[in-house]
Amino acid sequence: MLKIKDLHASVEDKDILNGVSLNVNAGEVHAIMGPNGSGKSTLAAVIAGKEEFVVEKGEIFLDDQDISEMDPEERAHKGIFLSFQYPVEIPGVTVTNFIKTAINETRKAKGLEEMPASDMLKKIKAKADMLDIDRKFLSRSLNEGFSGGEKKRNEIFQMAMMEPKLAILDETDSGLDIDALKVVANGVNKFRNKDNAVIVITHYQRLLDYIVPDFVHVLMDGKIVKSGDKELAYKLEEKGYDWIKEEVKA
Amino acid sequence: MSLKDKLLSSYIAFEDHLEEDSPIHDIRNEAIKVFEAEGFPTKKLEAWKYTSLNSLLKENYSIFPKQDHSLEFKQVKKYFLHDVDTYKVVFVDGVYSSFLSETTHDKIDVCLLSAALNKPKYKPVIEAYFNKAAKQDSLSSLNTAFAKEGAYVFIPNHKEVEKPIEIINFSTGNEAAIMLQPRNLIVVGENSHVQIIERHQSLSGNAVFTNSVTEIFAEKRAYVDYYKIQNDNTNASLIDNTNIWQEQESNCRVHTFSFGGKLTRNNLNFYQKGERCDSTLKGITILEDKQHVDHNTLVHHIEPNCESHQDYKGIFGDASTGVFNGKVVVEKEAQKTDAFQQNNNILIHDKATINAKPQLEIFADDVKCSHGCTIGQLDEEALFYMRSRGIAKKEARALLMYAFANNVLESVKIPELKVRINKLIANKIGVRLGFEL
Ligand SMILES: Nc1ncnc2c1ncn2[C@@H]1O[C@H](COP(=O)(O)OP(=O)(O)O)[C@@H](O)[C@H]1O
Ligand SMILES: [Mg+2]
Repeated sequence: MLKIKDLHASVEDKDILNGVSLNVNAGEVHAIMGPNGSGKSTLAAVIAGKEEFVVEKGEIFLDDQDISEMDPEERAHKGIFLSFQYPVEIPGVTVTNFIKTAINETRKAKGLEEMPASDMLKKIKAKADMLDIDRKFLSRSLNEGFSGGEKKRNEIFQMAMMEPKLAILDETDSGLDIDALKVVANGVNKFRNKDNAVIVITHYQRLLDYIVPDFVHVLMDGKIVKSGDKELAYKLEEKGYDWIKEEVKA
Repeated sequence: MSLKDKLLSSYIAFEDHLEEDSPIHDIRNEAIKVFEAEGFPTKKLEAWKYTSLNSLLKENYSIFPKQDHSLEFKQVKKYFLHDVDTYKVVFVDGVYSSFLSETTHDKIDVCLLSAALNKPKYKPVIEAYFNKAAKQDSLSSLNTAFAKEGAYVFIPNHKEVEKPIEIINFSTGNEAAIMLQPRNLIVVGENSHVQIIERHQSLSGNAVFTNSVTEIFAEKRAYVDYYKIQNDNTNASLIDNTNIWQEQESNCRVHTFSFGGKLTRNNLNFYQKGERCDSTLKGITILEDKQHVDHNTLVHHIEPNCESHQDYKGIFGDASTGVFNGKVVVEKEAQKTDAFQQNNNILIHDKATINAKPQLEIFADDVKCSHGCTIGQLDEEALFYMRSRGIAKKEARALLMYAFANNVLESVKIPELKVRINKLIANKIGVRLGFEL
């Protein structure tokens, strides 16, 4: 589904990604781990099309279509969803109105009619219930004054509403207590099916107990330096990253 | 002949026609002297530093409309509210249109200033209030000198006026260029409530120069809700002088929506003459092309325990220019004043400019005064966030602007008006609303 080949990206003339290659197939969950500042969020943002980052070299394919030149909204229409590490506050637009706009704009781009209001309401209710989201919450301004955990839960709510092909979750677990973590993980697991895929970016093995990855990759200095199965995550949790650095040097 | 000279010579002819015993005969004569001495304000004056009237003064305006131009209701229907019943005081090229109006004398007076000036039974009100709140500066004085028509609203004590009042000044374009000087007098008695919507609307591309003066008197515990819709044609300019006198525990709110016009100057002055008054001044300004809007506000806290709330939002596109000059004066006696002022602006294009200047003059020591001013661009991070959720760039920008301006609407108390303004904003910004905020 997603094929990234030798991706190099920079911001303000600073190289951040130095040759990332990654293949994600439908039905898979990939975890990306790595120390702070290694380029995880940058990789996510480059896949989502953030214009600040310049792709110097390499390819990003979604279903055999090169998306590296596309606008962020076009990529969203093709089914890419990024759950932000730091969701942005948008005062004056409620959660409900934002998600309605996002869904209908996406449908419009695909040449579909707007979703009938009653269907929309039903869907909002179902997804909000699944994620333990209070009704009142939905009429608040998007992310404004939300706690860290509320912001993350709201990101997963939007993912559940938009039903993307590829969901990239950037540190969705940070700021969540264990109960909230379970709720969010449950939301992600319910969303998963054989036709979509998930990339989980995290610092902690903890989340991966609930969203079990098929592959774990370690990103360091803008490069994937090691890949393995879920056992790799346990090893990182236990031993940290230094041993990988040694391995890479050797 | 300069416009000033033309006005001065017109005044002589104008005064000749008026009855000698007019209650405002002397007031007029004093006023024209002020205008004669001071003339039109220039950029040399501190208060007019960023607003030049030069381009307006070049036109050859007709000062008195030559004939009464009638309009069909269907031509102007869209400028009125529809779903609510309203009183209407409507002028066409400065002349009262009885056909388009709906006035009343049933317990309250919603009618014409010309009637109030000429009929003896109104004389006590005119003597008590006329020109008492208006500033004595040159433009207000010019209006006073020529004052003969406008809305007259008198609400006795303990009356809740159930219908909003619409005051609309149309100009037809039948004159190549026209100068209008409406004069409104509004007196709201103790415990009484009133809602007023005011609009100036040109129906052609011809030049219109309006120099309007409105005096509002809110007696004890009166509640006045005033909405100004400034969405005029690109060749219409407005100098609005609105002066509000508040007695004890009165609550007055003015919302100014500035989306149109060539040049608009809002001189909005609040005077708190009694304790525990509450004043609200809110505005949304959205401009494009070379439009210019200058908000010049004054809140004069004279008595203790009063509040004022100012919240102005501006979005400036193309080469438009904005000015916000918000002055708050707190007199020594006005202890426990709570004065809040906020002015936030977004510049969408490089050529747009805003000059913002809050001025606080505080002579009391136990007060809460805050002011904040921001000038910024649209938040890039927010734009990326919205785009990554499938909302196209143009829509995302529009939605952000819309959301930025929109919270000012929360305090609009007439639901249909709120929807109308909402639509005007959406239109102006180019956002296609799939919902109502
Ligand atoms: N907008 C930016 N401008 C400059 N440097 C940036 C920007 N975004 C990220 N970086 C830098 O890129 C590197 C990788 O950051 P990031 O992708 O956020 O790492 P991670 O998510 O792995 O913690 C860091 O050194 C960070 O300072
Ligand atoms: Mg990060």
